[in-house]
Amino acid sequence: MPLQLSDDRPFPPGDYPVVVVGSGPGGLQASYCLSRLGIDHAVISRDDAPGGMFRHYPIFQRLLSWSKPDAPADQGTRAYEWFDHNSLLAEEPGNQALVPTFMDRAYVVPSREEMERGLDAFARRAPVSVRYRCTWEGTRRDEDGRLVLTTSDGEYRAKAVVFAIGVTTPWLSPIAGIETVPHYVDTRAPAEYRGRSVFVLGKRNSAFEIADGLLPWARQVILGSPRPVQTAVIAQATVRVRYLQPYEDATLGGGTLALDLAVESIERSERGWRILGNGTTRPGPIDLEVDAAIAATGFSTPLLDLADLGVRTVSQGRIPALTPFWETEPGSGIYFAGNATQGAPGLRKHGVGAASPAVHGFRYNARVMARHLAGTHLDARVSEERVEGDVVLYLLEELTTAPELWAQKSYLARSVSVDGASDIVPLAHFLDAPGPDAVAVTVEMNAAGETYPAVYLRQNGEIRERMLSPHLVNDFRGHEHERELRGLL
Amino acid sequence: MDERDDLVRSLAGLALFADLDDPDLEAIADPELERHFSAGERVLRRGLSGGAFFVILEGEAAVEIAGDDEPRRLLRGDFFGEVSTLLKCKPVADVVARTELHTLEIPGPRLETFLLQYPRVTYRMLQTVTRRLRDVLG
Repeated sequence: MPLQLSDDRPFPPGDYPVVVVGSGPGGLQASYCLSRLGIDHAVISRDDAPGGMFRHYPIFQRLLSWSKPDAPADQGTRAYEWFDHNSLLAEEPGNQALVPTFMDRAYVVPSREEMERGLDAFARRAPVSVRYRCTWEGTRRDEDGRLVLTTSDGEYRAKAVVFAIGVTTPWLSPIAGIETVPHYVDTRAPAEYRGRSVFVLGKRNSAFEIADGLLPWARQVILGSPRPVQTAVIAQATVRVRYLQPYEDATLGGGTLALDLAVESIERSERGWRILGNGTTRPGPIDLEVDAAIAATGFSTPLLDLADLGVRTVSQGRIPALTPFWETEPGSGIYFAGNATQGAPGLRKHGVGAASPAVHGFRYNARVMARHLAGTHLDARVSEERVEGDVVLYLLEELTTAPELWAQKSYLARSVSVDGASDIVPLAHFLDAPGPDAVAVTVEMNAAGETYPAVYLRQNGEIRERMLSPHLVNDFRGHEHERELRGLL
Repeated sequence: MDERDDLVRSLAGLALFADLDDPDLEAIADPELERHFSAGERVLRRGLSGGAFFVILEGEAAVEIAGDDEPRRLLRGDFFGEVSTLLKCKPVADVVARTELHTLEIPGPRLETFLLQYPRVTYRMLQTVTRRLRDVLG
């Protein structure tokens, strides 16, 4: 008989109301939010420590999203969350705003290590218990309709499962010969590209991160993908931190090239790689010889066998298609947290997408999701907020200071129903689901980058949309906005 | 083996994009513009600003106007949202998915650039819109 080693890890295989899979920021936030609601659940992770993708990436060790140690709002307030895009949400003051406490203030965006330390501190202090080194391997339903997870440690049964598994599997475009090209995750140390010409396939975040990191080393960096860089979008997005330097270099003719190119094939050559394709914005054949190539073609969600349970996908099969509450379909009990919550795109008004791929977006999704899961699948009594005072002043305060509304523009909204019940809800749900007469407010941005409050009135099942005026310093608590909103209500 | 991705293949089979070659189709086939809707889900909302232009890749939708008992059916290759997007006004009808619906969505602010960049798509779109007008006028 083999020697039985003691195993003091939490959450052995068995039955739980809910199981959370993953220990990155999405999993930690989901577990924390479930715990605050008093929902018993297990957390399992294939890793041996918290942090998820941030334990290894970004390759060039600097994040894109800001955390401002000093900001217009004081640390420890709800309003401060808007200025700290990387810390997870907590209600206890000692667990809030943890990432800035590890930042050395060299940059306003943390290093990868500072982010990892912040997440580790959250897991220890909150605390979020995790059964590490427990790998999810498959999924099915039992005869009672419960979800069964097979793992490296045994089987878990649950009414609902929250998959916080990230968008973490390297993904390659369907191009002939691409399998010979190292993926972003296999990028070598920058010094190894010294004096070499490097082709980077892709023109999104990871491609520009590579280009930015290699600028001091490579002889020439060439980025190529079919679509042009959306400069108007990037100008208003946090990703510009990485885009600006290589893009300026390309625009001014400093050596970097950003080609709008449909790659037909990639071949190994004596020198390194040969890239064959056709220009898109400027038509014509393109034939490049380079010393090195990197496929910055993104990642996909490791869904394993979830398609067998009816989980649909978008973005070339990379992202699960989700309801406004981040469930694969109403009642399925299969929820997602973290980066994959981008599978619920929301309204994308004026083409503005949600911040769900980033911590500052998906941390709020997790809180809303936990309440929905508890109320829908566990019949838990979820405490309800109520507005007792002046609703108009309350909504204007929310529009000015609520971090959910600023982080998730046109996506999450503050709703107040005619009986005073108040909640943060997905805007798409408020607009499309039946409900009592109510008002919802959110912050929106139009194509010109102008930010303003939006008001949605639901009366007898009909929705009316009204916009309030923008404000020079985004403070909507003055008399003008009070008069506008009172007029609508 | 066809190395083109599914989205490019799907676009290539639509009349709207029939004049485009592969590099153009690849440029249009942005996976971030792919949208899936469940049956019953609203795609375009009456009275809401900031909408988009949609092309149906798979599935069926219906144009629902209050008081209209016979909603117009929209099928693969049909498009909608062009009136509110081009005129920058709010839609006067809901468009609701009748089945699982797979679409390409071009956000309103990007439609003008898109139509100027691909005049053959614009021409085919104009033909369809003119046909609809003729049908309405009898």
